Amino acid sequence: MSVDLNSTPLFFSELKETILPLSENEKKNSISFLNENKLPTTRNEAWKYTRLAKLGKSKFISSNSELESIDQYNIDPSATTLVFVNGFFSEELSSNDCPDNLTWSLLSQKNKIEETISDESEYFNCLNSAFLVEGVELNIADKAIMKNPIQIIHVLNGDAIISNFRIVVNAGKSSEASIITGFFSENGDSQFSNVISEINVAENAKLTMDKLQYETESTFHISTEKVKQARNSVFTINTATLNGGLVRNNVVVDVDGENCNTHMNGAYLLKNKQHVDNHTLVNHNVPNCDSFELYKGVMDDKSTAVFNGKVIVHKDAQKINAFQSNGNVLISDDATVNSKPELEIFADDVKCSHGSTTGQLDDEAIFYLQCRGLSKKSAHQLMVSAFIGEVLEKFENENVRTYINGLLKSRFNWDYVS
Amino acid sequence: MIKINDLHAKIGEKEILKGLSLEVKAGEIHAIMGPNGAGKSTLASILAGREDYEVTAGQVDFQGEDLLELSTEDRAREGLFLAFQYPVEIPGVSNINFLRTAINEIREYNKEEPVSAKDFMAMVREKSALVELDSKLASRSVNEGFSGGEKKRNEIFQMAMLAPKLAILDETDSGLDIDALRIVANGVNKLRTSENATIVITHYQRLLDHIVPDFVHVLYDGKIVKTGGKELALELEEKGYDWIKAELAN
Repeated sequence: MSVDLNSTPLFFSELKETILPLSENEKKNSISFLNENKLPTTRNEAWKYTRLAKLGKSKFISSNSELESIDQYNIDPSATTLVFVNGFFSEELSSNDCPDNLTWSLLSQKNKIEETISDESEYFNCLNSAFLVEGVELNIADKAIMKNPIQIIHVLNGDAIISNFRIVVNAGKSSEASIITGFFSENGDSQFSNVISEINVAENAKLTMDKLQYETESTFHISTEKVKQARNSVFTINTATLNGGLVRNNVVVDVDGENCNTHMNGAYLLKNKQHVDNHTLVNHNVPNCDSFELYKGVMDDKSTAVFNGKVIVHKDAQKINAFQSNGNVLISDDATVNSKPELEIFADDVKCSHGSTTGQLDDEAIFYLQCRGLSKKSAHQLMVSAFIGEVLEKFENENVRTYINGLLKSRFNWDYVS
Repeated sequence: MIKINDLHAKIGEKEILKGLSLEVKAGEIHAIMGPNGAGKSTLASILAGREDYEVTAGQVDFQGEDLLELSTEDRAREGLFLAFQYPVEIPGVSNINFLRTAINEIREYNKEEPVSAKDFMAMVREKSALVELDSKLASRSVNEGFSGGEKKRNEIFQMAMLAPKLAILDETDSGLDIDALRIVANGVNKLRTSENATIVITHYQRLLDHIVPDFVHVLYDGKIVKTGGKELALELEEKGYDWIKAELAN
């Protein structure tokens, strides 16, 4: 079976089926799903506020490309770095050495890619499976305490490039590690990153992911992190979305073991016509776990943001503490936000809270600062930094914070004051 | 220093200042007293540049500049300082960071070099001691969780840091106990030079025991209706404002 190219031209009609060793089932099911289904529309609850029409009208190509250097994307110079350009691995730009307690492999080099992550009813998951270009699997040894982070730098280079890319992380028992993912783009318009990450956090492991998105205002970016936590583990994901045209982040965490901690933090700063949509889902499947979620955004110009955070506390998952908060500041009259926190609780002994606020900068505070000699712009900047700083402080890695400050400086011409 | 001539202003359709004139020279302290609703805080707000008010007539000359044509921040950069009656809490914005930004923007405006981190911190230590403000408070978020007295001391600390030419203290005594009042007044007195001036807006006389004015003005119904020396404040304290109202009625 192959993708039916005789029907109306589709945004993926130029693409070739993946040659990666996915199971025949996964390939077959994904392709038939794509043939039988259209792009989700706003009638689909999960895409209610995010329109994909423009993506559907584009036509993407997949092609390898080379970069001179990744100096400008080197978020944390102390990290073990793996570089992917248009999804393809770039050996020369990646680190030569690898710490003893880490093994990694390209998905193209594996004999078989496990079928654990596929969701054959989700459009972009199927797209990823059908046209998967490359991926990387990181295995962190049991008891490994990784001193330096592992950094995956993904760069789109060229017009209309699509990268269907995967990241698999297996954090071994009692290991401690942090992973940085950075998404960038250059030299081209209408690019598309479609990324799926599968993250398995074993017993007693502690894993942190810092995710930076800084593609262009014409880039589509859809990514999904699927996380599974075993007992006594701690998982943190910090997402900073600082550029991108249409960005959709899905974070799905299954807390499958007791005594877990889950932290999800997100900062998004938008301007012009950017659209950023953060969807998170925490499944508390077992008792005695805590989850904390803090997403904050600042929207300027005609940008739009969507936040949908869902926490499900399943039956018998008692003694759960789940806290969720989403705050938004609209700087312009034309910016919009749709925020929807959701709690579904099927257990009776839980402590859950959620809150969502949307407002503008406090005029009284701005006047006060101006009365002390600050320009309106500086006053705004101080107030915005204070607001978003609460999330940026969650990035514990100082190199990452410094890099984020640099991006804020170049995109918004202001310094984040910590 | 500042010369206010026949100032008229309204908020919405309500006229609040109805021909206010006042001149303050360098080295002087002026007190403006008056009953609630007379327009005292309105005057302070208009001088600082709050946009809610519409000036319908009159001029304000501040050291040769048309004050009303300047933006709020440029008024501050020219040396005008307003100590707020209700200082604003700004969560997440540190006092120190914002003051350093303020000082450097003022310096840039005056074509001066930015202050070095070392000099700035030395200044913070010196000036916070002046108003007995714990240096820990100085580095916390602006006014967040401060007591009423701490907020007012923080205003005077900021005034000390910015060293304005003209300071307007808007009801700085409200909500202060006697010790805090003494500390605040002491700070203001220490900052006094022959080059700068202060306008103290107050409802009560007690602050003027500590900050002794050269002139006392009574603001009533949008105008200065009486001017005298410091003894006028005592007279007002004794007789209340009804005396003025009665005098005006005749």
